[in-house]
Amino acid sequence: MCLAVPGRVLDIEERDGTRMATVDFGGVVKEVCLEYLPDLQVGEYAIVHVGFALQRLDEESAKQTLELFATLGMLQEEFGDPWELAAEASGSPSPGGIEASQEVQQ
Amino acid sequence: MKYIDEFQDPGLARRLLDDIHSTVTRPWALMEVCGGQTHTIIRHGIDQLLPDQVELIHGPGCPVCVTPLEVIDKALEIASRPGVIFCSFGDMLRVPGTGRDLFQVRSEGGDVRVVYSPLDALRVAQQNPEREVVFFGIGFETTAPPNAMTVYQARKLGIPNFSLLVSHVRVPPAIEAIMQSPNCRVQAFLAAGHVCSVMGIGEYPELAERFRVPIVVTGFEPLDILEGVRRTVLQLERGEHTVDNAYPRAVRPEGNRAAQAMLEDVFEVTDRAWRGIGVIPASGWRLSSRYRDYDAEHRFSVTGIDTREPAECRSGEVLQGLLKPHECEAFGTTCTPRNPLGATMVSSEGACAAYYLYRRLDITTASLEASPVV
Repeated sequence: MCLAVPGRVLDIEERDGTRMATVDFGGVVKEVCLEYLPDLQVGEYAIVHVGFALQRLDEESAKQTLELFATLGMLQEEFGDPWELAAEASGSPSPGGIEASQEVQQ
Repeated sequence: MKYIDEFQDPGLARRLLDDIHSTVTRPWALMEVCGGQTHTIIRHGIDQLLPDQVELIHGPGCPVCVTPLEVIDKALEIASRPGVIFCSFGDMLRVPGTGRDLFQVRSEGGDVRVVYSPLDALRVAQQNPEREVVFFGIGFETTAPPNAMTVYQARKLGIPNFSLLVSHVRVPPAIEAIMQSPNCRVQAFLAAGHVCSVMGIGEYPELAERFRVPIVVTGFEPLDILEGVRRTVLQLERGEHTVDNAYPRAVRPEGNRAAQAMLEDVFEVTDRAWRGIGVIPASGWRLSSRYRDYDAEHRFSVTGIDTREPAECRSGEVLQGLLKPHECEAFGTTCTPRNPLGATMVSSEGACAAYYLYRRLDITTASLEASPVV
């Protein structure tokens, strides 16, 4: 949860009066709130934490970090199905299922 | 050097390590505050690559770990109520309360949902106007601004069925509490980079001066940690105690002003209990009076909870850097990720989990070698 992942802004739109972006994290695409970095532009990179862009990052640093996270399996840790991860750790069947996967992908 | 080939830039890692080795003349104890940094250190064996005189002490920087048992129990109670949709980050699912966890609440039929962002929880509230939607708002200065924005949005959009169970904590008062502990051995801090991305570095010079400790703002990738250690050791050897930013690509000295302004609007500073540590003055946030309607503790009067900490769990000492995880008798025996006694074993950023995942075989081998032959 404390992990903040660099992502690249694919597009930006206003929703409910809030500046939102679609952001690509090395293949995983998520919606991200830009209210804390309102001047971030399409094509730029930022450090994103729990769906909020918190600080701008240069492209080279961002790409290196993403590559490292992918190698270490940390993107899966951050964006994978948490019910599956929790079930695996506990040795119990997942109470999540399809619905849980959809929650994460929203 | 055991793990150095796994570094992103082994050549640079070697140069940084050589520099550290040639600088150190005396023993030094450094505390890394961020749980993400702890995992990087153990995963890459950074502590084993450093000179023997440089000890890394693991600090209380895991938000899941420091959330008090009482708050976990309140979360479990609220999540079990009919009509409630309880939303949380995935890390909280298996954190033990008194007797059970959110994973079990869901197995028993509670509507517990995992979200990636607190805004997803707000959307769940919009889509389910007949239900009460509660979001579990824990974490440090990195997570508090997103949660603050979500409450702000709930009020702005007039979404009445959303509330926040708040247990936010702040790093600088924790540093102060650690330095004031009579058992404190810490001589310098590697400050958590992403906390500083939000808050800047303005809170640290006073701490560095008062306790005469170097504070080096550090990222959490392997090379970031080595660079943070290098700069810290350099200061210690020179007898300096300043605030140094070793993570400038993500940390501006002023931090993120917009996020800070939202924090000030939505939250107010309060005393807060840290699991295993106790109450640290002014170490947390709660919703300010303007947003009290969105406080789940006010909305659901959760009282009469019998909170019981397992007596054999020593996570409080681990969180204060007084005990290394494998020095706990329960480590790897009665306490494992499958059956955790405390949050430090179950959280993805917990020190006990890091030792269990990456170091258990080493420790077992070492302890076997150290044992007398029978």
